[in-house]
Amino acid sequence: MSSTAPLPAAPASSSRMIQVLGGIAMLSGFLVVLTYQLTLPRIEENRQRAIERAVFQVLPGATTRRDFLVDDNGVRPASEGGSGTRVYAAYDADGRLKGIAAEAGARGYQDIVRILYGYDPACECITGFAVLQSTETPGLGDKIVKDAKFLANFPLDARLAADGKQLANAIVTVKHGSKTGPWQIDAISGATITSTAVGKGLNNSAQMLLPRLHPHVDQLKVQP
Amino acid sequence: MHADSLTFIFLNAAIVNNFVLALFLGICPFLGVSAKLKTAVSMGFATTLVMLISSICAYAINSLLVAYDLEFLRLISYIAVIASAVQLVEMSMKKFSPALFRALGIFLPLITTNCAILGLALFQTAKEYNFVQSVSYALGAGAGFILALVLMAGLREKLELAEVPSISQGAALSLMLAGILSLAFMGFAGLGAQ
Amino acid sequence: MAGRKRDDTITADTFLEGIWRENPVFVMLLGMCPVLAVTNSVMNAIAMGVATTFVLIGSSTLVSLLRNVIPKQVRIATYIVIIATFVTIVDYIIQAISLDLYNALGAFIQLIVVNCIILGRAEAFASKNRPLKAIVSGLGMGAGFTIALLCLGSVRELLGSGTLLGFSVFGAQFEPWVVMILPPGGFFVLGAWLLLFNWLRERKTRLELKEETVHAR
Repeated sequence: MSSTAPLPAAPASSSRMIQVLGGIAMLSGFLVVLTYQLTLPRIEENRQRAIERAVFQVLPGATTRRDFLVDDNGVRPASEGGSGTRVYAAYDADGRLKGIAAEAGARGYQDIVRILYGYDPACECITGFAVLQSTETPGLGDKIVKDAKFLANFPLDARLAADGKQLANAIVTVKHGSKTGPWQIDAISGATITSTAVGKGLNNSAQMLLPRLHPHVDQLKVQP
Repeated sequence: MHADSLTFIFLNAAIVNNFVLALFLGICPFLGVSAKLKTAVSMGFATTLVMLISSICAYAINSLLVAYDLEFLRLISYIAVIASAVQLVEMSMKKFSPALFRALGIFLPLITTNCAILGLALFQTAKEYNFVQSVSYALGAGAGFILALVLMAGLREKLELAEVPSISQGAALSLMLAGILSLAFMGFAGLGAQ
Repeated sequence: MAGRKRDDTITADTFLEGIWRENPVFVMLLGMCPVLAVTNSVMNAIAMGVATTFVLIGSSTLVSLLRNVIPKQVRIATYIVIIATFVTIVDYIIQAISLDLYNALGAFIQLIVVNCIILGRAEAFASKNRPLKAIVSGLGMGAGFTIALLCLGSVRELLGSGTLLGFSVFGAQFEPWVVMILPPGGFFVLGAWLLLFNWLRERKTRLELKEETVHAR
């Protein structure tokens, strides 16, 4: 009879099971919270840097940014909290407003395409866009950021109508080669669905945002 | 975020972004259970049931976690909910359909480690679906899972009677089949886009 | 006959069996989901491999340390809680290191928790061996998993984008086989690797049989 053979363990009592489970749960909770607290500042920093990178990409020449919230009542700094669409106001080195950036999204080929676009109130036009999230077909759908002719669609005319409640001309994506006005986007042949998604997203966002933003643009021009 | 129609969510989860063939979730049961058509169908339905229960519970838990700012507990609570849902389905199946319970055997508790279920919970949270959208998403994902399993099982049952090279027997052949199925399903891309 | 003595020795085999003989992906066919999903580039493959190895080692160590404390009835539940803890930790660490990498890996970092390799190791090995042995074995399994990921990742990135780790290999003229970085490509490449290994194994058995018959004569 070997003394190294382990004895069969007696079935554990309920209280023992609860003790162990509870103990392990507390240990896990402690480890997770510890990691969370340690990494939170770094993660926040990364997130801000990612947003800034996109904002400065669509509004070239900008060096600083401030966040604002836009809703039916007007515009206020994002730090004040509350509801509304978040927009990023970007200023150049002299403190002049270069434009604002906002998010837009629409259903593309595979899933929703999310973009960040820049709007310059001086020319009332959309200066460009950057892709935030896209699962479109690589090589086809991602042409929207590489195709020179597609990028030549910008700056895009986004003037408001006389009543200020909507765009003078709705932004729309048209078939490749049939663009007639500066508010239209010439689609990439072979990637029409993704091109249309960009157009739809821009139109939806601009129609909702710009009428509410435009009357208060001067508020944004003051950079603290 | 645009309010996606329920039909779109269902079709998207079932066909366009099929959980198995496009999102690579649930591969282990897909390769393991799809040898016989009957087992595959039962497994598919059991998984769909678990998906539905988990989706609803995950939605509830997430609302709680967000309300109390405890988002770092999300993963642990989701997996706990899934394990409980599987246990629940196992017990009810044992009671109401013992033959099915015996047929599925070890695969039932293995539904807990099916990435499709946890993936479903995580995706629906990331997409910020409301309650009805989450249910539609879960049903769509389940339907897609059943579809993929049935297709694979049908193909494999046929192939058992065919002569295949010995080096391809087993998982290698199933993977090649899956690749072709996945390629075929890519044709559905754009379905539902206006 | 002496009673069963637990083999507590750590040999090179403890580490190596995870890489070749018991390779989690190519031999045991476990943990398929991340292998197919995040191998569209070498960087993603390495990151996933390292993250999984971290969780594997961490959870194996903790399970092994607590193996005499955890009652048998609740062991699976405890293992899952422990694994989920380490996955959450690695999730935050990756977010802190690089948000781009985090977005590329997507939900599959959190899906490490249902990777059958980790739960299987905890149940079959870590709960029955001392911590140091569990760590070495975990390292071996993790290395095997990472190697499998790299096998797929390098082929898919090379053929699908013409690059390796972002560096262009074939030059601008190369027309990439886009299908390789899409879902079907994942299935095809893994299937192809399995075909290769099956062929190697059959060849080895055939050669061994030939040797045996030669020796028998």
